[in-house]
Amino acid sequence: MPVRKLLLVAALLPNSLLADDVVRVAVASNFIEAAAKLAKHFSETTAVSVRISSGSTGKLYAQIINGAPFDVFLAADTERPRLLEQGGYAVPGSRATYATGALVLWSGDRALVGRDCREVLQSGDYQHLAIANPETAPYGAAAKIFLTEAGLWEDASRHTVFGENIAQTLQFVATGNATLGFVAASQMSHRNLPPTSCMWHVPESDSSQLDQQLVLLSVAEGNEAANDFVNFLASEQAAAIIAGSGYRVAGR
Amino acid sequence: MNVLGPLWLSVQLALVTTLVLFVLGTPIAWWLSQTTSRWKPVAQTIVAMPIVLPPTVLGFYLLILLGPHGAIGSWWVQLTGNALTFSFTGLVIASCVYSLPFAVQPMQNAFEALPRQTLEFAWLQGATKLDAFFSVAAPMSVRGFIAAAVLGFAHTLGEFGVVLMVGGNIPGETRVVSIAIYDEVETLNYGAAHQMSLLLLGFAFVVLLAMFLVNRRWSAR
Repeated sequence: MPVRKLLLVAALLPNSLLADDVVRVAVASNFIEAAAKLAKHFSETTAVSVRISSGSTGKLYAQIINGAPFDVFLAADTERPRLLEQGGYAVPGSRATYATGALVLWSGDRALVGRDCREVLQSGDYQHLAIANPETAPYGAAAKIFLTEAGLWEDASRHTVFGENIAQTLQFVATGNATLGFVAASQMSHRNLPPTSCMWHVPESDSSQLDQQLVLLSVAEGNEAANDFVNFLASEQAAAIIAGSGYRVAGR
Repeated sequence: MNVLGPLWLSVQLALVTTLVLFVLGTPIAWWLSQTTSRWKPVAQTIVAMPIVLPPTVLGFYLLILLGPHGAIGSWWVQLTGNALTFSFTGLVIASCVYSLPFAVQPMQNAFEALPRQTLEFAWLQGATKLDAFFSVAAPMSVRGFIAAAVLGFAHTLGEFGVVLMVGGNIPGETRVVSIAIYDEVETLNYGAAHQMSLLLLGFAFVVLLAMFLVNRRWSAR
C-alpha cells in the first residue's frame, strides 16, 4: 500500500474512535479494577467500547468542571456528583449510588507479620503511614476522619505521606516505602499485591461512610451508548460484578 | 493556604541541589572537557540522559533505588534509621540526578573554551593541576559557573514529575511549590494556585533576563 494511503487511514482512525459507540468514563481510582470488568462485560454484549480514565475523585471533578470530555463519572463520594448536578454539569436525576466501599488499614511490611495493624497504628511504631490526599480523595478523607475521631491524627500526621489518589497510596505501601496505609478494601484483590502482613477493617462511622455515586454528565445527555452504560451499571449483572469486587451494593 | 511554605521549601531544595551539583559537577565537567578517552561520548551521554528521559522513568527507578529495600535506600536505613523516599534528603538526591546536565554542560562548555596555552603556561610555571584549576581555569570560567548555577537552580525549582513519584507530598518536607500548585488546582483553589504560579512566572522571567543581560555584557567586553 502506498505511503499516502496509509497516512490517510491513520488520519481517519481517531475520528472513528470519537463516534457515538464509545463511552468515556471517569473513574475514581479505587474502582478501576471493577470498572474494567464492567466495561469488558458491557462491550462484549453491546459492541460499544468503554474508555476509562482514572484519578482521584477531586481531580476528575476539577477536570470535568474545566471541560474534560467525559460522558459518565463514577465518583468515590456523594459530594462531587451532587455538586456537578447542582452546577448543571450533570443530567438532573441521573445521580445514583452504585457501590459502597470500605476502608482498610493494610501493610505488606515483613517486619509486621503476625502483628495487629490497629495496634501498630496506636503505638506509633511505624516509619510512614500512607493515606490518600484528604482534599481530593474520599478514601483519604475517610481515613482522616477515622484518625481524628480516634484521637490519632495529631501523632499520625507527623508520619503521614499523601498519595495523589488511592492507587498511589497503595503503591506507596506495596513497594514498602510506607510501613502501612489506609487503602480501599476493593484493592486487596489486586493481583500484584505482595503478601499481607496485617490488615484491619476500619469500622464504618456515619461520618466516614464511603457511598460512591455516579452521574451521567450533561454532554452525554443524548448519547445512547452512555445512557445504556449507566442503565447497565444499575442491572443485576453489574451489581454481581461490583459486589464481587469488594463493595456493598444496595439491595443485595 | 500557606503560599510561602512550599515556595521556601522549593528554594531550599534548589539551593542545596545547586551546591551539591557544584561540588559533584565541576570535576565531571572538567574531566569531560579535558579527556581524550574513547569513553567520553558514553560519559557525555549518561550525563545528558536526564534531559530526554521522562521524569516518570527517573521517578520510577529512584523510588526503587531509594526505597527501604532499594540498593541505596536500605544502606541509608542502616546508617540513619530513615528511608530516603518521602524525605528532603531523598529529594536532594533526586534533584541532583534530574538537574545534573543543566549544571555540567555550561561548565564543560566554559572549560572547553579556555585557551590551551594559558593552562600549559600555568603548568610550566610549576603550578599543580589543582592550583592551575583554581587560580587560572576557574576565574576564567565564571560565566559558565553562573550559567550552571542559574540553570541548575531554576530547573530544580520547576521539578514536578520526579517529586510527585518519590516525595509523598508531605507539608514542610516534600510538598514543594510545583506539587502545591498541582494540589491547589485539583482542589479548585485557583487563588492560591495563581499566587504561587505568578511568583514562579516572575522569577523565571527575571532569572533568564538577568542571565541574558550578563551574557551580553560579557560578550561586549
